[in-house]
Amino acid sequence: MIPGVSLIEILTVSTLMFFIGVYGFLTRKNLITILMSLELMLNGAAINFVAFNKYLYPGQPNGQLFALFLIAVAACEVALAIAIVINLYRKIKAVDVEQVNTLKH
Amino acid sequence: MEGYAYTIWIILLPFLVFLVTGVLSLRIRPQLAGWIGTAGILVTLVLSLLTAWNYFSAALPADGGWPTVIPVNYTWLRFSDTLVVHMGVLLDPISIMMLLVVSIVSSMVHIYSLGYMKDEPGFARYFAFLSLFSFSMYGLVLATNLFQIYFFWELVGVSSYLLIGFYYDRPSAVAAAKKAFIVTRFADFGFLVGILLLSWYSGTFDFLALNNPDGAAIAGAASATFMGASVLTWALVLIFMGGAGKSAMFPLHIWLPDAMEGPTPVSALIHAATMVVAGVYLVARLFPVYHMSGGAALEVVAWTGAITALFAALIAITQEDIKRVLAYSTMSQIGYMMLSLGVSGYGGEEGLGYTASMFHLFTHAMFKALLFLGAGAVIHAVHSNVMGDMGGLRKYLPITHAAFLVACLAIAGIPPLSGFFSKDEILAAALHHNPAIYGIALLVAGLTALYMFRLYFRVFWGEEKAYAHKPHEAPLVMWGPLMVLAALSVVGGFIPFGHYVSSDRQVMAMHPEMSIAVTASVVSIAGILLAMWLYRRPSALPAQIAGSLGSLYQSAKNKFYIDEIYMGVTKKILFAGIATPVAWFDRHIVDGTMNAIANLTARISSVIKGLQSGHVQQYAVGFVVGVLGLVVIFIYWLKF
Repeated sequence: MIPGVSLIEILTVSTLMFFIGVYGFLTRKNLITILMSLELMLNGAAINFVAFNKYLYPGQPNGQLFALFLIAVAACEVALAIAIVINLYRKIKAVDVEQVNTLKH
Repeated sequence: MEGYAYTIWIILLPFLVFLVTGVLSLRIRPQLAGWIGTAGILVTLVLSLLTAWNYFSAALPADGGWPTVIPVNYTWLRFSDTLVVHMGVLLDPISIMMLLVVSIVSSMVHIYSLGYMKDEPGFARYFAFLSLFSFSMYGLVLATNLFQIYFFWELVGVSSYLLIGFYYDRPSAVAAAKKAFIVTRFADFGFLVGILLLSWYSGTFDFLALNNPDGAAIAGAASATFMGASVLTWALVLIFMGGAGKSAMFPLHIWLPDAMEGPTPVSALIHAATMVVAGVYLVARLFPVYHMSGGAALEVVAWTGAITALFAALIAITQEDIKRVLAYSTMSQIGYMMLSLGVSGYGGEEGLGYTASMFHLFTHAMFKALLFLGAGAVIHAVHSNVMGDMGGLRKYLPITHAAFLVACLAIAGIPPLSGFFSKDEILAAALHHNPAIYGIALLVAGLTALYMFRLYFRVFWGEEKAYAHKPHEAPLVMWGPLMVLAALSVVGGFIPFGHYVSSDRQVMAMHPEMSIAVTASVVSIAGILLAMWLYRRPSALPAQIAGSLGSLYQSAKNKFYIDEIYMGVTKKILFAGIATPVAWFDRHIVDGTMNAIANLTARISSVIKGLQSGHVQQYAVGFVVGVLGLVVIFIYWLKF
């Protein structure tokens, strides 16, 4: 509970973060930037967990635990994604998502 | 029951021989395969004679009827508690009589073939097939139930197919083999439906239950009616259709003359003495059922037999191929057996026709096998089947000539040879039950003498032809069997057949009727004298008579155009009228529907497959738009 800040304001921030992430994910061509956008989305969701926990059910730790869990999963996912990107780079000498389109009909 | 367990080996031994010679046919010397096959069949001959001796020398049971013995009965298929299919061995007077016929003729043919088929390519294969046939025929005659008889019925059909097509490099032999198989298969369809009908109503396949004189098993089929006749009658007529196909009864006879494409000993064994009488045996086997069904089914049997006997005899007079004459003669004689069964009653003197039919089956097997083997010796000597290439052979082939003359006299019914006795009984049975059929039978007796002696005089007398090399007598392995069969043809008639075989198993005394015996003999002798007058010396008379008969002679020579009718019916009606439209419907409507569905699917997929572009971000856009769409639907439309 932060004095003088309402739940709506925090949710506004987290929503903005999420949709900035969505926008970046859809428009960027560089795989690293796309990964960064993904992180923005995840963190927007994590803020939601913490905020709802703090404002609506202050006596329980569930939301905060979920946020921690989410951070751990995000770290694993980044490690995996970076490994894929590096391998891809070794193969096609580029990190441009437009060039990674061989998996199709 | 005890003491007959070895009879199972009568069936199994030829099968083992077939496996050994068949599998090794290319590895072992052909002569060895021949000896193995002959040794195997001789062992079964000994076993058969032993069985007959044991059975007929045993004391009769108290009720005076010959017993039915089932020493082996193995449960093969169990459909339900009541409907069970057995494979086994059934011994009663007619199965033992058939056992003797099959084993004697088969042994003689095996020995004869050692000489006749010598140096033929496929000698080992030939003996393997002969063993397969012997196995199937033994299984057929010893069957304990309808299902087993059907099973072996098809097996003899296959063996016959294989042996007719033995010279498979000859297109005519291949065509004849296919014709035989298809025609008999068509008839067997009726047989199968008949078996199913009968077993559906009676709940059993077993002959013992079906033939029970109290009629309990067949009561259900006898009381149900279909189209004005009882189901039992329908079933029996359908079963007879199978028998008619196998026994070459009109109008299912067309395969038998063509089957002469096979080697001559095969014709003697399969198409004269054993397999073709399977139809007669089948009717005899179910005779109590035929009798209990009322007269209709037996009437069909009698008239089919009578028509075939006359029809085949007329054709036989006009044929030029020595084996074809014999083939039509076989049809005619089997027609005799059938008509005799058809006019027979049940029990006592009434059952004379039954005994006579079995008697004629026995004697006919001997002298017809002899005729075929004799014809084989003639063909062996002059290398031709056509009577026009033969003449004056009595000087070159004295032994064959003697054997052939005995067989001709026997089939013509000259006393005291075997054919006289059996034919006499048939005529007596026919006279007492159906004078019209008696008239036909008497006419056929005269025709039989005429066509057999036409054959005899044209081959052994008449003008000598210019032979490529001097015809020579056959070797011992060939004339030995001729002598054995000739001896049996002479003495076979003196067997007191009524003592052993009768419709109700009781001992029946047969007393020849003088009036019939004299009439039949006079008719036969008239036929022989006519043949002698026409054919003993070369003369223009036969041609003149043929010319004056005109169209009748022509149609008989062309087998009354039955083959052409069959071809017309199958080609014009079945193929053009039914098969072609059905094929069109199948190709265009049935297949067309399926193809249309497949084409539609392919076309739609080729349109929409562009959606899978490989660009991850396009998928992501779709996903995000979808989720947002769902959100809108859930919140504003479904009001969650």
